[in-house]
Amino acid sequence: MKPFVKITGIVAFLPEINIDTDAIIPKQFLKTIEKTGLGKYLFYDKRFDVEGKLNSDFVLNKEPWNKAEIIVAGDNFGCGSSREHAPWALLDFGIKCVISTSFADIFYNNSFKNGLLPIVVDKNCLDDLSKFARLGENISVDLEAQTIIVNSFVFNFAIDLYRKHCLIKGLDDVGITLEKSNLIDIYENKIKDKSWVIPDFQNIKL
Amino acid sequence: MKKTLFDKIWESHLVEERSDDSALIYIDRHLIHEVTSPQAFEGLRTMKRKVRRPDLTLAVADHNVPTEGRVDGIKDEIARIQVETLEKNVKEFEIPYLPLLDPRQGIVHVVGPEQGFTLPGCTIVCGDSHTSTHGAFGALAFGIGTSEVEHVFATQTLMQKKPKTMLLKVEGSLSVGITSKDLALGVIKKLGASGGTGYILEYSGKQISNLSMEARMTLCNMSIEAGARAALIAPDEKTVLYLKDKPLAPKGDLLKEAKKSWASLFSDEMANYDMKLSINASTIEPHVTWGTSPEDVISINDCIPNPEDAKNDIKKKAMQDSLKYMGLVSGQKLTDIAIDKVFIGSCTNSRIEDLREAALVVEGKKVSAKVHAMVVPGSGLIKLQAEKEGLAQVFIDAGFDWREPGCSMCLGMNPDQLKPKERCASTSNRNFRGRQGRDGRTHLLSPGMAAGAAVAGHFIDITKS
Repeated sequence: MKPFVKITGIVAFLPEINIDTDAIIPKQFLKTIEKTGLGKYLFYDKRFDVEGKLNSDFVLNKEPWNKAEIIVAGDNFGCGSSREHAPWALLDFGIKCVISTSFADIFYNNSFKNGLLPIVVDKNCLDDLSKFARLGENISVDLEAQTIIVNSFVFNFAIDLYRKHCLIKGLDDVGITLEKSNLIDIYENKIKDKSWVIPDFQNIKL
Repeated sequence: MKKTLFDKIWESHLVEERSDDSALIYIDRHLIHEVTSPQAFEGLRTMKRKVRRPDLTLAVADHNVPTEGRVDGIKDEIARIQVETLEKNVKEFEIPYLPLLDPRQGIVHVVGPEQGFTLPGCTIVCGDSHTSTHGAFGALAFGIGTSEVEHVFATQTLMQKKPKTMLLKVEGSLSVGITSKDLALGVIKKLGASGGTGYILEYSGKQISNLSMEARMTLCNMSIEAGARAALIAPDEKTVLYLKDKPLAPKGDLLKEAKKSWASLFSDEMANYDMKLSINASTIEPHVTWGTSPEDVISINDCIPNPEDAKNDIKKKAMQDSLKYMGLVSGQKLTDIAIDKVFIGSCTNSRIEDLREAALVVEGKKVSAKVHAMVVPGSGLIKLQAEKEGLAQVFIDAGFDWREPGCSMCLGMNPDQLKPKERCASTSNRNFRGRQGRDGRTHLLSPGMAAGAAVAGHFIDITKS
């Protein structure tokens, strides 16, 4: 995973609540067996009309926001389907950070696994950031310092320390857990007498 | 210490507790399908890792499979490659798999319970947000992303932040003709689309005990639409009875042991929850969604709401956008709104009781000439059962398409999709923009209400006819 330390970039404001993962990456693009190349389909139904032509009204199609690295959006960002294609598409498009008043749980988790930083802020901060976004200002996000900086304004944000650590170092979760495989062995030994929990696949012919 | 049902399951699955309220928890059951697993398998191969417990894993293809002409194979090449990739992967990693032409194939959240793979007290995950369904059995079940699928493959564990708990007490009883789908939509209306975020939602109350296992699954299934990643209902005699003959559920002495263990699966009186709410079931009416978020719920006899009544400007704007997308005007009566399509299916409402409920409404009637209606059973076994009971014939005689099992038009990954501006009465779980097809208009409702709409050509209150 690519580490996230500090970025400075253009911010696109999506003035909507409940932006679901179907909107972020529609279903027809989930048939891929790869993680890559999904950026061109990001927000497909918003960015392109039915004929596939670029919708010039949508913020991510306009200068300078077509080069946005940060998205600011309304409540409950990433709700709906668990598709990790959503953070993959955002990252592939160039988005490295999403700022909202709240995120859906699964999207929030998925983001951290891929080096995309989701930041929760309060409503006032979101309103301020959306104003700067509209002006096309550059915003800096410093994960180490847990700050969002724009012009002379500094906003602090909270984040789980373990998740912060993994993101800054770009750590691979699976690798970390595998180092503790002795603990998993111990657990599996402990539940050995709970044999009802093991499904007997002999009972179904496969 | 008094404990909630969640506390009990969580504590019995701790592999390692961390100081920051997160823990490495053991996963008892891993369900996988074709859409969210290929990149996880690829990750294993890249790192030369194995699946730690293929014997706790079950695979089935459901999301992109066609619902007609299946014996001829999948025509969409990209979809076919994805299913073939799953088949190749389960072979390589020796994971039990129910093939596409097997009568036991179906939607992953229908198949798990049906095969007895879903058991009380277990931790169950799947790369699909509707994994909350399995909470109906008193299992801690939640959806995960592909990175976490890979993590479970390699370690049979997940690092999880301990969620908060919410008790939703359902007081009173549902009126005649009101289903758990109406209750589920009522809960989402009350909580909002993000009210349950960060929580495990436990349902309790006499009405919950009175629900069948299938009705409980519908309720738990929809909890994610209120933001709750998992739902829980304490197992009871009904749960045990449901599982008794299921192939993968424990039998004989093992069942005795299991039952002993399951007997402790309830929340202690006076246990602490982070939040407690109640909802009165007797006030629940047949529900239909009008907008593009599952929280946009109204009763069948209500009119389309007015954005001017919204609680804030953001919600007002969202309502205006939704009305425009849905082609509706505030003040319109729901019962005056004509529909083009009816979809009875999905992991929410495709089980035998759902089909019985719909068939009861349809029997002896015809689908409106203006409507195309389809029934997609949740699994091959349900399809066979419905054919045996004569339900399939009722649907076919009425003019419904009778299809093969899969997720189908719930998300339209296969050819079953809405055309732009088509209006659909759907028993599925999400009315998001474009969910069932670009510019398609989805209204969520119960199977009986969907069947009623199919016949009438517009929404109707089936409890009044």
